[in-house]
Amino acid sequence: MSAVSSGGGVRPTRRAVALTTGLLIVFLLYSLAPTWFLLVASTKNQTDLYSTFGLWFSADHLADNFRAIWDYHDGVFGRWILNSVLYSTIGAAGSTLISLAAGYGLAKYDFRGRGALFGVIVGASLLPSTLLAFPLYLVFADIHLTNTVWAVLIPYFINPFGVYLGKVYADSSVPAELMEAARIDGASETRIFLSVALRLMRTGGITIFMLDFVNIWNNFFLPLFMLNGERSFPVTLGLFSWVQQAQTSRDMNTLVLTGSLLSIIPLAVFMFALQKYWRSGILMGSLK
Amino acid sequence: MSTLTRPAGAATDAPVRRTFPRRTGRRGAYKGLLFLLPFLIGFLLTYVVPIGYAFSQSLHEKKSSGIGFGPTKTVYAGLANFSAILSDSTFWTGVLRTLLFGAAQITVMLGISLLLALLLDGVAARAVRFFRAGLLIPYVIPGVVSTLIWLFLYSPTASPIVDLADRAGTSVTFFGGLNTYLSLGNLLTWQGIGFNMILISASLQALPRELYEAARLDGAKEWRIAWSIKVPNITGILVLTGMFSLIGRLQLFTEPLFLRYVAPESISTDFTPMLEIFDRAFKTGDYQYAAAESLVLAVVTGILAFVFYRVTNRKMS
Repeated sequence: MSAVSSGGGVRPTRRAVALTTGLLIVFLLYSLAPTWFLLVASTKNQTDLYSTFGLWFSADHLADNFRAIWDYHDGVFGRWILNSVLYSTIGAAGSTLISLAAGYGLAKYDFRGRGALFGVIVGASLLPSTLLAFPLYLVFADIHLTNTVWAVLIPYFINPFGVYLGKVYADSSVPAELMEAARIDGASETRIFLSVALRLMRTGGITIFMLDFVNIWNNFFLPLFMLNGERSFPVTLGLFSWVQQAQTSRDMNTLVLTGSLLSIIPLAVFMFALQKYWRSGILMGSLK
Repeated sequence: MSTLTRPAGAATDAPVRRTFPRRTGRRGAYKGLLFLLPFLIGFLLTYVVPIGYAFSQSLHEKKSSGIGFGPTKTVYAGLANFSAILSDSTFWTGVLRTLLFGAAQITVMLGISLLLALLLDGVAARAVRFFRAGLLIPYVIPGVVSTLIWLFLYSPTASPIVDLADRAGTSVTFFGGLNTYLSLGNLLTWQGIGFNMILISASLQALPRELYEAARLDGAKEWRIAWSIKVPNITGILVLTGMFSLIGRLQLFTEPLFLRYVAPESISTDFTPMLEIFDRAFKTGDYQYAAAESLVLAVVTGILAFVFYRVTNRKMS
């Protein structure tokens, strides 16, 4: 009521603006400070890490830390980054294609049991993937697939939530008339999917790919169960192995910190490149 | 499960379509299943078989044939593992701990996200973009890395927080009793507020403007509009988000696993059900019991999801 008497009408008072901005800045600092800490800490050597103030720089040892990372076990860290890139790219590409095809099949063809199948897929998409890790390990260990890339790639390929999204996109972006027209022109069903439907579902495909890529990059649980040999680790698991070693030798800590910083970069580049799809991706991902 | 095997079987018959090439409708139907085939085969291998196999494992137990180092063999044990789990208080304490802790932590997290989304609703557009980008930084950082960062921020020797507290003449401890939960909660909240803020922002923007335009013309204050009009209209989405986050908390694993390295006495190996399963499987080597625990946890998750689904459905309609 007093807003009217202050003459501002619908305009918020100056005090309200200050309070709003102030609160936002507080939470902005809360969000950024730990990342800032990581940035600063990666430039320090072991002594400075423990003896100087954590939120500001001391002598610059970033290059030394890079070299230490590079020297560790013949550059295995580079291998971890490469593994993460490969697992994420191949896993997400496979899962996107499989999901789009399955979603398209569910959306565009009427077969017996379709509704029930869709129900099972939605139900499975609600099942947290961590829950399945141990049962998966039991099966993969029995068929001697643990410690191979397939132990992580095959589970990454199968994403019920991706199928759900694929169906949603196929429903909304592939008109039945277009499929019918292509059929009359003599195109086979496979051809229609590959050259008509896939193109129309491109935005959806990129969104699924992006969500999968980020999930796989961040995944720690499945590789922890499935992979044993250091050279097959993704970077998340590699960093964990360093944390375990840091318990006995303290100089691993600089490696852990600088390695963490390095491991963010490829993901940040990826997200930046696809920022156009990001917002819709977040909202879609949240449906899960 | 039978609903799954049937379409998969039907799909393998697909090449037979040549026997009735004129019936386009049917042919189309089989083709549809062909598109689903890669997924269905994979689904069988990564969902149906593992769950079935875990179930068969859980009906067995290891018996050592001699004393001490004698070879162990796996024998059928019926439902012994399951009845042991039902009365296994450490397992259920873990379940209850994650749920209670999760409920408190998620409430705080969503509260902050809601506050931020409402605040962003009230500042200039250019500022919105700036703040939103900054507040989303933690979401871009992989969970393992953000856990590592906080691991150092909680460490008594390297933490700048401890440093600052020392200078101010006080001391902080991050683990032990309630502090353990506060530290873990802070980590999860830090990871989650940006993402949830975007989510809530989107539902706020989807609200029709007429809803609060009248109140604004009447001169109602912004915080009043936010509290009495905007918030009640997005309660549905808040409840839904909260419930699904809670299901996620039940699987809490990575964060406590890492924090154990700075606070082994505060975070035990059975702190959460997943930690307990991991420990049981790979430290104790009791695959059968771990398999049974996985299945029980899956059932608990399923029940929760079902209950939440019913509750929210009633709320929405």
